[in-house]
Amino acid sequence: MIKRCLTVPGRFESLAQIAEFIGETARAADWNDDEVYHVQMAVDEACSNVMEHAYGPGGPGEIDLTCCIQDQGDLVISIHDNGMPFDPSVVPEPPIGADLESLPEGGLGLYFMRKLMDQVTFQFDERDGNVLTMVKRRRQ
Amino acid sequence: MEISTKDMKRVSLVTVKGRVDSSTAPDFEKALHALIQSNRSQIVLELAGVEYMSSAGIRGMVSSLKAAKSGGGDVRLARPSQRVKEVVELAGLTSIFAIYDDLTEAVGSF
Repeated sequence: MIKRCLTVPGRFESLAQIAEFIGETARAADWNDDEVYHVQMAVDEACSNVMEHAYGPGGPGEIDLTCCIQDQGDLVISIHDNGMPFDPSVVPEPPIGADLESLPEGGLGLYFMRKLMDQVTFQFDERDGNVLTMVKRRRQ
Repeated sequence: MEISTKDMKRVSLVTVKGRVDSSTAPDFEKALHALIQSNRSQIVLELAGVEYMSSAGIRGMVSSLKAAKSGGGDVRLARPSQRVKEVVELAGLTSIFAIYDDLTEAVGSF
């Protein structure tokens, strides 16, 4: 198993560094460019949500990322923050395919994460904060 | 991210390159809204050089499209990179945006 960790300030300026970290780890496990890109995108959406909603613009706090390549090749990414609790059940499904007038301008991030990854799980507790775990399974 | 704007006779051509993520999307959106507010609401967005676009970029494109349409204009996409095509499809927006593989055709469509 390969395990790599990164801690960054919870600010939008960290997003390019996060993408690089995820890319390096996934490529080290021989994932192809499309797979790497999809994982980078899911993580970018997840971390953007933390920066925008859990911490707020310019708010204090760090994001801890842990990226594991398991022995069978699955990629497991954990994203931890100490911001406001996040409850995914209150986020409405975006109306994919709706006409322009009824199209909301936001709300796509969580939808993208679920489409791009095989498993997306949120946990919150008072002591440990938010932990998001996402899994991308190795295609056979 | 790099943005450049060229005002032509009837159309403003906005060329975007690099990463459009939550860090850069506000500038992207601001540039488009500034054009629309100055009555340049017929916009071609050239996206061949966009390496990455997140939902924040999509949000900027949708809000600009709404603003342009309400001013009688449109935002049309030209030469989107494979990554842009992918995210536009994922967001279910292929029938919302007019998409052209050829820049001249996109400019001439207005």
